[in-house]
This record gives sequence, C-alpha cells and structure tokens, in this order.
Amino acid sequence: MNRARLARTAAPLAVGLLFLLFWQAVVEIEQIPPYILPAPIAVAKSLLTDGPSLLASLLVTLKVTLAALAAAAFFGGAIALLFSRSRILELSLFPYAVILQVTPIVAIAPLIIIWVREPFLALLVCAWIVAFFPIVSNTTLGLNSADRNLLALFRLYGATPGQTLLYLRLPTALPYFLAGLRISGGLSLIGAVVAEFVAGTGGTQTGLAFRILEAGYRLAIPRLFAALFLLSLTGIVIYLALDGLSRFLLRHWHESAVGEGEE
Amino acid sequence: MPNLLTSEREGNPVVSLRGIEKRFGAVSALAAIDLDIARGEFLSLLGPSGCGKTTLLRIIAGLVEPTHGERRLDIASEAGRIGFVFQDPTLMPWNTVVDNVLLPFRLLRHVGHRERERVGAAIAAVGLEGFARAYPRQLSGGMRMRVSIARALVTEPDLLLLDEPFAALDEITRMALNDDLLRLWERYQPTIVFVTHSVFESAYLSNRIALMTPRPGHIAADIRVDLPQPRARALRTSPEYAALCARVSGELARAMEGAPG
Repeated sequence: MNRARLARTAAPLAVGLLFLLFWQAVVEIEQIPPYILPAPIAVAKSLLTDGPSLLASLLVTLKVTLAALAAAAFFGGAIALLFSRSRILELSLFPYAVILQVTPIVAIAPLIIIWVREPFLALLVCAWIVAFFPIVSNTTLGLNSADRNLLALFRLYGATPGQTLLYLRLPTALPYFLAGLRISGGLSLIGAVVAEFVAGTGGTQTGLAFRILEAGYRLAIPRLFAALFLLSLTGIVIYLALDGLSRFLLRHWHESAVGEGEE
Repeated sequence: MPNLLTSEREGNPVVSLRGIEKRFGAVSALAAIDLDIARGEFLSLLGPSGCGKTTLLRIIAGLVEPTHGERRLDIASEAGRIGFVFQDPTLMPWNTVVDNVLLPFRLLRHVGHRERERVGAAIAAVGLEGFARAYPRQLSGGMRMRVSIARALVTEPDLLLLDEPFAALDEITRMALNDDLLRLWERYQPTIVFVTHSVFESAYLSNRIALMTPRPGHIAADIRVDLPQPRARALRTSPEYAALCARVSGELARAMEGAPG
C-alpha cells in the first residue's frame, strides 16, 4: 500500500531527475551553446533572475485561462442542459459545436481579435472556444445516461421533469461533467496561450506566451525555457486541482474517486 | 389462516386485466391475458425467460401500455400506492441508504418528521439498522436488494411488484430474503405480484402461481397453493412442499410441450 504510493511519486521523479542529469551532461560534453539548447542549470538561473517578471506575465495568462474555464464550465453545462431538454435543439446545434471544435483556433483567432475590441475579452473568447466542447459533449452524454429503471421508478412516483433532473439526471451527469472539466482545464490554458501568440503585442498586458515569443526573437533561450517550464507547471497544477475537485465531489460513491485502501 | 387476508377484505380485485395483448413491432409478446388478483394475494408469475412476465408486470405497474386490452387497478389513485422492485437493486449510488429509501416521499413531496420515522422503520424492517448512513457501494448484493425492498415498502403500498428480485443473488442470501419477504408481506399486507423463473421460489412464497409460456406469452395454468401460513424454513423439506414443486414442475413441462421451443 504505502510502497505503491511511494513508487507512484518516486518513480516519475527519479525519471525526471535522470533526464535532467543526462541533459546537463550532454550540453556540457558537447559544448552546445545556450542559444541552441541551454543546460538545466542555466534555465534554473534564468528562472531565478527573470522569475518575478515572468510570474507577473503568468498571472495575465492565468486570468484568461481561469476565466475561460469558468465560462466553459458554465456555458458548457448550460448548453448540455438545453440539449438534454430538447432533442431537436441538440440535433440542430450539435454539429455546429463540432465545427467550432474542429476549426483550428489559430486560424480564427485573428478574426476574433479584430471583431472583439477588448483584448482580454478577445483572448477569453478564443480560449473558451477551445475549452467548451469537452464539457458540452461529456455533460450531454451524462444527462442522457440516467438508469432506465430509475427513470421508470421516478415515473411510478409521479416525479416532475424538474425532480427527475434534480435528483437523477444531474447527479448521474456529475462524473461526466467533471471528466470534461479536467480536459477543459488543460485546453483553456492552451487556448489562452495560442490566442496570446496570435494577438502578439496587440494586448496592453503581456502574457506568458508573448514572453516566450519575445525571448525567442532575442535568442534569450534560457528565459524561453524558464517560461515554458512555468507554463507546464501551471498546466499540471490546474489538472491536479480539477482532479482533486473531482475526487472530493465523488468521494462517496463513484469508482473513479474511491481510494484503493478503502475497499 | 391461509386465506385470512383475502376472505376478510373481499371486494373488487386489486388488479384486473382483460384481454391484454402486447406487440413489439411484428412480435407478439403477450396474448389474451385475463387475470384478477385479489387483495392481499401473493401471486407468482412463473415462466421461462422470454415469456413476457416482466412485460406483464410493467403493464400492471402502468410503465408499459398494452397494445390491446384493459387494465384496471382498484387502489387509491394517488402516486405511491405501487411499490416496484427491479432485478437489480437500482439504487442511486450518490445517496446514502436513508436518502435512497426516502426517495418515494421526496418525489411525492411529503418529507416530514413522520416520513423520516417511516424510513427508519422500513430500514429496520429489512434488517439494516446501523447501515442508514452507508452508501450502496459499501453494501453487499443482498443488502442492496434489502434497501431496494425497503424503498418499495416505505409508502406502505397497496400493490408490491417484484421483477425477479433475487435472481442475481447466491442461494443462501436468496433463502434469507425469501423469508424476509414473507415477514414483510405479513407485516405490511400488500398485494404482491412476484416474477420468477424458479419453481421452488414461487411454491415457497406465493398462495397462487400463474404459469406463463412464451411465444406469445400467455397464462397456461393458474395454480392455487394451499401450503400452511405463515411459512417457515421447515416447509422447504416437508413432503407437501416437495409434492407441490413436483406438481408445478409437471404443469410447466406440459405447458412448454405445447409451446414451440
């Protein structure tokens, strides 16, 4: 039990550490210049010196990301609810949700930035378009997955549609919604970064994506890596937070959230 | 003692079916079903799988509309007068035992102190005191089925419908639940319709067996069970019980001969 938990954290950490050692060794032995590939120690130094300004940029990106995620959760859930209430609405609108999803955001981001004057709002819309679909499709599936026998039982006791929604469909859909939310968490970060890339200096505030571009232009490659590192770290934290939320909400009943030790 | 319940409260049958027919597309699932079920009766619908007994039970419950025929129930029209137990426990995994058993009252919008007491009593009646705060996943299959039965009985329904409730349980649990169901029948006195494919189970539990054969499903024999009441485990090894089981098995075999295999 304890050994398994230890292995779960220790094994990937060991792999990461070995990789960093290997990387450092290759850079030193091959004498690779830092503008081609900086060594991990150089990246760490850059992280220390540029840390405060990078963190300020991270905050800008994070604001867009979290706002987009919140909007995706809210509107994604609402759209799914609408779809589950009306079959005709789902049939007629779902294909367009798919189209919005499969259209590369890089291609439409310039348009959105032109149309939506407010820079923050423009970035938010881009990130939202990338993030909302998993929530819509998962939650729609969940709302339509209620146990048929339970539905029959609800009918037997004369349940109203509202009661069926509240006591049966919504709880059934919760794990699906949370699974969608976990995917959307990473996607809204990606969406925010892509939008910033396209927006470039158009925005008044500089997000982390713009700092990456800028560092690339100036061949400040260690800073580029430091910014990348912060970005991945943010993605991991968002995922872990949403995973924790999911586990907390489902802790009593859903197989996905029940610890192995509890069985 | 045997027909105390039926003789004391005579009157209209609780369930009255006339010429019930059910088709699914071109397939005829049920044909020409006439059935009266008296108040307080414990009727088993016995037959092989695919004979339409579940469909018939759902027609009685009003969950399925018959293609033809008339279904009349002589119970108070308000919802909650019918209890239904499915083949699976069909519990809500996100709710505790208490909240699962409380569901009928919640849907009927009657959740008060009195209802909560009745929920407690129903949970105790199925022998699950101390598990009120447990979640279904923490319970065994037999215990989950007990919760399901408590939920069906909590409104003290006039009519209790059970669809092969013990089919998925092991023999030992099944026997225990058979006895518990008989105790609950005596205590709450609902009219029971019990779907099963077990000759032994139907003979042990019911005071009437409707034998069904498939293609199309119809009632091939109507057997009155005159074993003494209340029943207990000793009955399972008695000669009367053995004789009855033999008779029902014989009727079933004869009925199946007539039906295309």
